[in-house]
Amino acid sequence: MAFIQDTLISFRREMTPTLRSWYYIVFGILQPLLYLGLFVPLLTSVPTGTEGNPLQWFVPGMIVMLVLFTTVSCGWALTEELMSGSFERFLATPMSRPAILVGRSLKELAPLLVQAVIIIAVVAPFGLVLHLLPMLLGLVLLLIFGIGVASLSYALAIASKHDGGLFYMVSHSVALPLMLLGGVLLPMDLAPDWLYTASRFNPLTYLVEAERSLFTGAVFTQSVLYGALMAGVVALVGLLVGTLTIRRAGL
Amino acid sequence: MIRASNLTRTFKTKAGPVEAVRGLSLEVAEGELVAFLGPNGAGKSTSVRMLTSLLPPTSGQAMIGGHDVARNPVAVRQLIGYVGQGTGSGPYHRVRDELITQGRAYRMSYPDARKRADELLAILELEPQADRDCATLSGGQKRRLDVALGLMHTPRILFLDEPSTGLDPHSRANLWEHIIRLRRQTGMTIFLTTHYLDEADNMAERVMIMDHGKMIADDMPEKLKADLAGDQIRLRFRSEREAGSAAEQARNLPAARDIAREGNHLTLTVNKGESLLPGFICELHNSGVETQSANIHRPTLDDVFLSLTGRSLRETAEPPA
Repeated sequence: MAFIQDTLISFRREMTPTLRSWYYIVFGILQPLLYLGLFVPLLTSVPTGTEGNPLQWFVPGMIVMLVLFTTVSCGWALTEELMSGSFERFLATPMSRPAILVGRSLKELAPLLVQAVIIIAVVAPFGLVLHLLPMLLGLVLLLIFGIGVASLSYALAIASKHDGGLFYMVSHSVALPLMLLGGVLLPMDLAPDWLYTASRFNPLTYLVEAERSLFTGAVFTQSVLYGALMAGVVALVGLLVGTLTIRRAGL
Repeated sequence: MIRASNLTRTFKTKAGPVEAVRGLSLEVAEGELVAFLGPNGAGKSTSVRMLTSLLPPTSGQAMIGGHDVARNPVAVRQLIGYVGQGTGSGPYHRVRDELITQGRAYRMSYPDARKRADELLAILELEPQADRDCATLSGGQKRRLDVALGLMHTPRILFLDEPSTGLDPHSRANLWEHIIRLRRQTGMTIFLTTHYLDEADNMAERVMIMDHGKMIADDMPEKLKADLAGDQIRLRFRSEREAGSAAEQARNLPAARDIAREGNHLTLTVNKGESLLPGFICELHNSGVETQSANIHRPTLDDVFLSLTGRSLRETAEPPA
């Protein structure tokens, strides 16, 4: 299938230089490990709503945060290629537009998955109970969600064209409230009513809840269903918006 | 091979709509080498981007190799090679990798792409750079790589948007050497845009001059120069009186125009000056008028542009700093 083939071509092109500088991937887990080392201990006295080690509650949320922040800003990498002309070069080929976007998103997501696996492996001795299959499913959900967010980020980069500052401003003013309202750092159950209500309108909330359910090994729950639906919708909307932006902008 | 009818493109800007291309119609046959000449902002790139399916036209239609660009963009893309104004290669990617990726994007198998990449690396003299990051290439090497990228799938039509802009004269000459040789070998149709007069003049078999989003001339460079500019002849005589009588006789020359006397000099514009001049001097001699010196100024495409627009292309051709 042309779509899958094109996705692989695009992924492979972007991945090759990344693999050459693989140490960045390892370096990238430093920040999440700091959160785990310096923030999670604070959670021992916070009622997170789950039994046992707060790691079980915190790790999935943190991986969602990692994916969100990386994918939201990945359009930045495209700005350079938009200006130089190398993105245009691909648009002049018969490659499928959504496949170009998916391939590029996967390049951003692959290192994240590696980092997630490393984080899980590192914290397991400190009390994270492993539920391998559900956790794997959780990573797949993140992948789908990430493709959507990355595509939206690419669309934003294309729409704000040569204005890198605009891209930075918009992407960050979207990502931060999403993260805070998603209950990534502290449980939303502790929030005042208005804040809790606001969090219900945040798609990220459902993903975080689905991941938390999966990380405790519970697959067939309402949270997982909602989270999966949400990830699917974000991916579809992202690819649709991304493809339309490419077509409209007439790059 | 390339046909456009009434293409227009309007951009919305803060200052209001800008009509970048206003009703462009053209036809290019298989194997032609055509140059779009015009100052910056004339609408050349916008036109090429519409012809290559990168930019949807506001109105009008374009057909490439029998495919409607708007309805069947994928077929058009497969048929053409496109070398844009910018740098096609990615800075962190290696030269050979980029070529192979390009081949794969055009549905070539990996072994075919690999073979073709090595072929083009040799043809465009990029072999020593094959395993280097594209960011380390010189300007001329980057541009040759762009051309190689455009040629990966052996397209029947190659679009080159300002292929030599920003290159030093040596790299420009070198790039053109490669393009001309490739064309001789493959007979592909080449459509290029340029704001370099000499480039259009020396390389293209046919020049389309664009200004303010419209095509204002379309012919062989020689014919454009003969029809629209003509050869300027300047003669010197022994006296003003002789110059005056020469001016009288010059009126009988075919297509003579702009006849002017200035002291003992006479200037006039004719077509095919080099074949007219000896006869004219002889004729003057027979009537007792001796020519002391003769000089022909062959027209350039700039003279053509000047006569069409009243502006010189040289003034407008400087790229913005």
